[in-house]
Amino acid sequence: MALLEVKNLGISFGGLRAVNAFHLNIEKGCLYGLIGPNGAGKTTVFNLLTGVYRPDEGIILLDGENIVGKKTIEINKTGIARTFQNIRLFKELSVKDNVKAGLHNHYRYSTLEGIFRLPNYYKKEKEMDEKAMKLLSVFDLDQEADTLAANLPYGKQRKLEITRALATNPKLLLLDEPAAGMNPNETKELMETIRFVRDTFDMTILLIEHDMKLVSGICEKLTVLNFGEALCEGDASDVLHDPEVIKAYLGE
Amino acid sequence: MRRMKKINKTTKSNLITYAIVIALFAAVQILTSAGAISSLLQGLLVPLCAYIILAVSLNLTVGILGELSLGHAGFMCVGAFTSAFFSKCTAELIPVAGVRYLFALLIGAAAAGLCGILVGIPALRLKGDYLAIVTLAFGEIIKNVVNILFIGRDSEGFHFSTKDSLSLGLLPDGEVIVNGPQGITGTPKDSTFTVGVILILVTLFIVLNLIHSRSGRAIMAIRDNRIAAESIGINVTKYKLMAFSISAALAGVGGVIYAHNLATLTAQPKNFGYNMSIMILVFVVLGGIGNIRGSILAAIVLTLLPELLRGLSDYRMLIYAVVLIAMMLFNWSPKAIEWRERHSAKFKRKKQKEV
Amino acid sequence: MSFISYLINGVSLGSVYAIIALGYTMVYGIAKMLNFAHGDVIMIGAYVVMAAISGAGLPPGVAVLLSIVCCLILGIVIESVAYRPLLNAASSLAVLITAIGVSYLLQNVALLIFGANTISFDSVVSVPAVTLMDGALTITGEAIVTIVSCIVIMIALTLFISRTKSGQAMRAVSEDKGAAQLMGIHVNGTIALTFAIGSALAAIAGVLLCSSYPSLNPYTGAMPGIKAFVAAVFGGIGSIPGAFIGGILLGVIEIFGKAYISSQMADAIVFGVLIVILLVKPAGILGKNVQEKV
Repeated sequence: MALLEVKNLGISFGGLRAVNAFHLNIEKGCLYGLIGPNGAGKTTVFNLLTGVYRPDEGIILLDGENIVGKKTIEINKTGIARTFQNIRLFKELSVKDNVKAGLHNHYRYSTLEGIFRLPNYYKKEKEMDEKAMKLLSVFDLDQEADTLAANLPYGKQRKLEITRALATNPKLLLLDEPAAGMNPNETKELMETIRFVRDTFDMTILLIEHDMKLVSGICEKLTVLNFGEALCEGDASDVLHDPEVIKAYLGE
Repeated sequence: MRRMKKINKTTKSNLITYAIVIALFAAVQILTSAGAISSLLQGLLVPLCAYIILAVSLNLTVGILGELSLGHAGFMCVGAFTSAFFSKCTAELIPVAGVRYLFALLIGAAAAGLCGILVGIPALRLKGDYLAIVTLAFGEIIKNVVNILFIGRDSEGFHFSTKDSLSLGLLPDGEVIVNGPQGITGTPKDSTFTVGVILILVTLFIVLNLIHSRSGRAIMAIRDNRIAAESIGINVTKYKLMAFSISAALAGVGGVIYAHNLATLTAQPKNFGYNMSIMILVFVVLGGIGNIRGSILAAIVLTLLPELLRGLSDYRMLIYAVVLIAMMLFNWSPKAIEWRERHSAKFKRKKQKEV
Repeated sequence: MSFISYLINGVSLGSVYAIIALGYTMVYGIAKMLNFAHGDVIMIGAYVVMAAISGAGLPPGVAVLLSIVCCLILGIVIESVAYRPLLNAASSLAVLITAIGVSYLLQNVALLIFGANTISFDSVVSVPAVTLMDGALTITGEAIVTIVSCIVIMIALTLFISRTKSGQAMRAVSEDKGAAQLMGIHVNGTIALTFAIGSALAAIAGVLLCSSYPSLNPYTGAMPGIKAFVAAVFGGIGSIPGAFIGGILLGVIEIFGKAYISSQMADAIVFGVLIVILLVKPAGILGKNVQEKV
């Protein structure tokens, strides 16, 4: 059974049909790419998957469980985490605290235990610190653990966002244009990081990307979205050579 | 090793804050016994404690939660009146002042916190300035309601009215406890400077420990980016409400201190209206948004400033206003910040002291 | 008959609120700031008129014009000295607190010049009262002038915003400062113009308010200022027709609340209705609810 199964997904904004009859099947452990021209509805698909928007119709099955109608926080608890096109970090928090915020639902102690510094506070904070530092060292961010997130260079901010998403221990990781604004070297490093995340955490990853080098370099399967509909899907190399796809990107 | 250092850093910073408060307390005690503090200033000490607690608690809403509240005095008002009502009713029942005061504190904080929840549930759905307006409206409503409330007690029990004290229909043995615009007279004067300082320390303990805990992190995450906080599974409504109601409850504590220092407690625009809310907000912004220590210092300086300027009589509030504007421009204007940074090499030492 | 009389009183008071709220809403729309000193400009405007008439012996019409000019200049000065340096400050709270400082300043300047005592303000309106229905209903000259002024101002302002180049510049700046600048719009000048218009309106509102409710002290402007701010929020802050509707609505609610429920509770009723409206329409009656894009 596929980890993520999307059937007949659709949503309209006013008169605009943003996503129509969209379907998607992602096997566990797959590195899946969602590509398409600007305005094709890719981020809208992400927003539907994470409960930011509620679809007009269709179902979304994560591990066989329908998550349509659930709130964003519920969906995160069910197992989908994401990053954002325009980076959304907790800027005034330290790098480590950003990750610890991601661990919020996995290491619990009550507010009163926190205020009165009861033993459970020290125990859980210690565990969180260790877990956060472990994750940060995977992404080579452990040196900056005490830096404010806002003061990180751009490339590292993208990495931190991925780290924070992983901290919520998801089954499926959604990356929205992870290479946006990066130079070729940073992109290359990012490709390695993404592949590394998949292998180390045995993660299933769905990503939106414009950088064709990155897409052809790491994605195993692709879906091309055009005007809110799936134009073509399949193995990455086949899709990228499909004449319909080339037409959608380059025009007639 | 690194981690230990980090924990020590926040603990150390918290300890310094407590130490500053204790040192200031000791200094005032020494000066008082040396007779160096005028009776006028002495009269200001207890209200000052209340103001500091209000400023610290408002900073929890404004600085940590990142929402603007213009009705903080409303929560203070709730705390003041419920606790004064309680203390006056139980003055004979609980003769031990300390015990009575402790209950008064709990009741004042609980009532104000409850109002915080009631206001927060609908209001926290609103964004930015709209939340500010609803809190402002709440503060004005509370003030208004208190002014038309008459409660009396006689051998048959409590009597309520919203008209006047006569329509309470009290028996000859009865007494009016809450007398509308005349407020509550004869609340036991249980608040002392020492008690005030202890409560400041308790407030600091609660706020600082909350900030550096799992819940505090969630609250600040919501402040920095609500959408991202939701995406990692943080319950935005719950933590917003938590921060807001804790802030309100602590404002209630400020109200309890304030009320138990007055012979007559009345709700006037000056003490519980929007002017008070604004004054506390000024403490918070001038002291640095999110900077708890700054709130304390700003509350002290701005409360004492008009008194120190008293010699200038009519001009003092004018000077206060000018100083306020000048300080805001100096602290926040991008040009002034740039100028300061350019000269910071020269004044580095001086600047560190300020920080 | 008393119902209609209350209604007219309410619309008249509401017209004053609407004129003040227009100033609030224009400034908010363009500078995204709550100008808490706006109410105090009203008070200054009223004092200028009073001083010009009883001190310098000027005719009422000239005094009102003088007051408008004074407040207009005051508005520009406040904006350029106290607000403009903070336009791009890190926190929007900075300029809010500065506005509070300006409010204290104006109150205390008035206190020094005119004293703390409440003085009685002689109405500048010479329009006679109208008696209808065989004397059962009397409409004061002040009410007539206030309502007519409000309608005229409302129409003039709408035309100005939609038809003139400066008006278009205002809309452009309120939409996007950076883009407006790139299109060659003088952003600072446009903001100053907005403050000038808002303050001139405040002067008019001050005269009308004090003509209907003839008492004046340095704190006269504070409460109407807050209420007008509430009115602007009622209607949807940033929206000019919203400020008009909000102002009228608020005036009517206040007078009806005073007349039919309880005169001490009138303010609580006004604020209570505000809360209810915001819960149903979180951006006010005519406001746009903008969702953050993810």
